[in-house]
Amino acid sequence: MTFIELIKQPWPWYVAGPIIGLMVPTLLIFGNKTFGISSSLRHVCAACFPAKIPFFQYDWKKEIWNLFFVFGIFLGGIITALYFKNDAAVVVDPRLITELSGYGIADFSGLVPAEIFSWASLATPRGFILMVIGGFFVGFGTRYAGGCTSGHAIMGLSNLQLPSLIATISFMAGGFIMANLLLPFILSL
Amino acid sequence: MIINKKDTNTDFEVRSLDAICKNQEAVELPMWHNLQYLAFGVAFGIVLIKSEVISWFRIQEMFRLQSFHMFGVIGSAVAVGALSVFLIKKFKIKSIHGEEIILPEKTFNKGQIYGGLLFGFGWAMTGACPGPLFAQLGYGAIATSATILMAIVGTWVYGLLREKLPV
Repeated sequence: MTFIELIKQPWPWYVAGPIIGLMVPTLLIFGNKTFGISSSLRHVCAACFPAKIPFFQYDWKKEIWNLFFVFGIFLGGIITALYFKNDAAVVVDPRLITELSGYGIADFSGLVPAEIFSWASLATPRGFILMVIGGFFVGFGTRYAGGCTSGHAIMGLSNLQLPSLIATISFMAGGFIMANLLLPFILSL
Repeated sequence: MIINKKDTNTDFEVRSLDAICKNQEAVELPMWHNLQYLAFGVAFGIVLIKSEVISWFRIQEMFRLQSFHMFGVIGSAVAVGALSVFLIKKFKIKSIHGEEIILPEKTFNKGQIYGGLLFGFGWAMTGACPGPLFAQLGYGAIATSATILMAIVGTWVYGLLREKLPV
């Protein structure tokens, strides 16, 4: 197996996790920046439509590194699609495959199920709820909580912050409630 | 535009309100220095996709406790991050520009619970947190742009309602 072929395979957790963890000291040492991504959404609001709201009245240009970082994540996605793409479907637990097939989800080739996350599906009840309402929750919830998986779960926990532990537990609790109790209803719409 | 000292202070106060990124280097660096963050972002985006942690299917597995994968990634990331922060504090490691590294303390408010639960809902629905949304879009999930737009709208509405929300 060549190196490129190896890279194209899904990376195991013990490779990916430590690399993600290394983002914390890298950002601190190279620029005294704390790892966090959801703030970029706030900077976009402050830059594009501040609308005299106090929360968006700050000099977003001082945080521009964060926008470079998320643009890099976007480019990373493009580069992976062009050079390191793995055409095999994601391998998940058979119980999940059975459950999702009950909702007409059978395409496991992408990062998201093609049956739901498409333009055409935006007009369907379940597509609208998952993409539009779900996206709103991501933006509203992360800002209300003061951070997301990167800022709280990884950076905050690395710095042993109790508020970040509370936030992370809340993220997980919300996810468990949604995935197990609410999503079966939404997916059957 | 005239900015007096008071305005400048207010600006800093507002900027630091529940923001994660409130560090600021004392040194003024030229704009091209930001390209390093672009490079870090590229690396981060590649890892997110190749480790499948931004796969909607992997997120569903995690929240159904059907796989260890996601917990392994987050757990080992926190372990490496915590060890790094410990070493930085212990040896008082400075940034490459010779500055003392600042690690902000967070204060508790109920938003971390209410907002956290709402974000948890969104995470399980979209299969993504804010970073992964951009990676999903780059990887070719074009319809994710609708989700990103709504995440920006959600952030904006939070800013609008901020004073009225329980904390």
